[in-house]
Amino acid sequence: MPAKLILSMDGAVLKEYPLNKERTTIGRKPHNDIVIDNLAVSSEHAAIVTILNDSFLEDLDSTNGLAVNGTPTKKHFLQNNDLIEIGKYKLKYLNDQPTQTTAADFEKTMVLRAPIKPAAGEAKSPLDVTATRKTEVTTQFNATASGVANVTGGGMAPEAAGAQPVALVQILNGPNAGKELELVKNLTTLGKPGVQVAVLARRPHGYFITHVEGGSFPTVNGSSIGEQPHQLRDHDLIELAGVKMEFYFKT
Amino acid sequence: MVRSHNEDSVAYDAELGLVVLADGMGGYNAGEVASGIAVSVLSSEVRHHLEGARPEDLDSAGKELGVALLHDNVKKANLSIFRAAQSQPQYAGMGTTIVTALFYDDRVAVAHIGDSRMYRLRGESFESITRDHSLLQEQIDSGMISKDDARLSKNKNLVTRAVGIDADVEPELHVHEVQVGDVYLLCSDGLNDMVEDDDIGTTLQMLQNNLPLAATQLIQMANDNGGRDNVSVILVKVKGRFAAPRGLWAKLRTWFGN
Repeated sequence: MPAKLILSMDGAVLKEYPLNKERTTIGRKPHNDIVIDNLAVSSEHAAIVTILNDSFLEDLDSTNGLAVNGTPTKKHFLQNNDLIEIGKYKLKYLNDQPTQTTAADFEKTMVLRAPIKPAAGEAKSPLDVTATRKTEVTTQFNATASGVANVTGGGMAPEAAGAQPVALVQILNGPNAGKELELVKNLTTLGKPGVQVAVLARRPHGYFITHVEGGSFPTVNGSSIGEQPHQLRDHDLIELAGVKMEFYFKT
Repeated sequence: MVRSHNEDSVAYDAELGLVVLADGMGGYNAGEVASGIAVSVLSSEVRHHLEGARPEDLDSAGKELGVALLHDNVKKANLSIFRAAQSQPQYAGMGTTIVTALFYDDRVAVAHIGDSRMYRLRGESFESITRDHSLLQEQIDSGMISKDDARLSKNKNLVTRAVGIDADVEPELHVHEVQVGDVYLLCSDGLNDMVEDDDIGTTLQMLQNNLPLAATQLIQMANDNGGRDNVSVILVKVKGRFAAPRGLWAKLRTWFGN
């Protein structure tokens, strides 16, 4: 379904316009695709260029300008639910094409071909979609050469999956004893390069420590973690390169 | 869980310094077939031709063999896929992206078609050294859309050039000089669609001394961000110089995940 604009004034919906043309014009004069007969609107006020699923709004040097979501703008890449304001009129942009990051078929790669095609004589649309990549949904997969197992979520309350609490490590011995490090990044490395290094990975379902380099593996609560990622629990005791530290969740 | 239909194909040969990654498209298993043909043509032909020759040798046209091999064999793979698609109805319209690199004489020749990428980490700097053949990249180039806004586009995954769709195709080919310590990443769009370049770069920077872990981590990040596409990565780290005529002799180590 093509994206559309819904024209309204003072909360009353006036009309709906599908964005099914490459260029849709908005203005006071009757030749525009979207005609707003009001003196505050320029004869050719704005245009929307639509390329497949993306639409771009452009002010055509109008006298009174336009705003998107309250901000005056000359050019704007429209996103679902954007509100375009032209004088007292409002145009709501709706594009319910699922975003590719959430749609099950987001991975369909297609080939766009140039309109010129020597073989067949029939009329061709400028865009000829000739191949699609198969859609498949899997929750996870893993096949690295090293064969490290994929760790699935477990032990975390469902509500923790979205907004998991931030964790910290506190150094317990040596010159830096007492120092705290908040684990806000996706990855945090610990240890001394060339001696022993481990990485703490923040993932949707928890924190994991993995050995990166060095002759020995880090220990958690006194036992070596080996080469595999190890999920950390509140108040776990980590030791690497002679440094002891405690892992805990911020309360 | 390993998905039954992985449309990506990868191959590497550290002795030759050759890496190939392809991301297929097409119904049923046609995508796998296309990427599989591309990878096997590239790896077997390049290997075969380098049995009695060096990549830095010049061919009759004065072109370096390494460059010519990538160029000619991407075209050859294209024709093989195109012919298979023509002869088998279930393969009609299949195609694939490809990114392939040959390391020789302290340089790397890179050929690509479509939106599979090659990145380079050199010191602090991490950047893509291929430019996608995609609608989005064309829009970025024409100034229609900014690089930041491109992430919001609903027109991802539209490639403007692919292997196997037409009888002939022109690969984009560049030769780059290589430095010891460089890390090269080849990946399918399953990675860079889901993970920001900055995060990919930081991860490689942190984990460059453990490439298998880096590969696993990148794939996990793509999955954690909701990735459902195939994600393939090949990592190459340059451990020493390999100037001609000493050749490459296993100075590269490659690791991959798919």
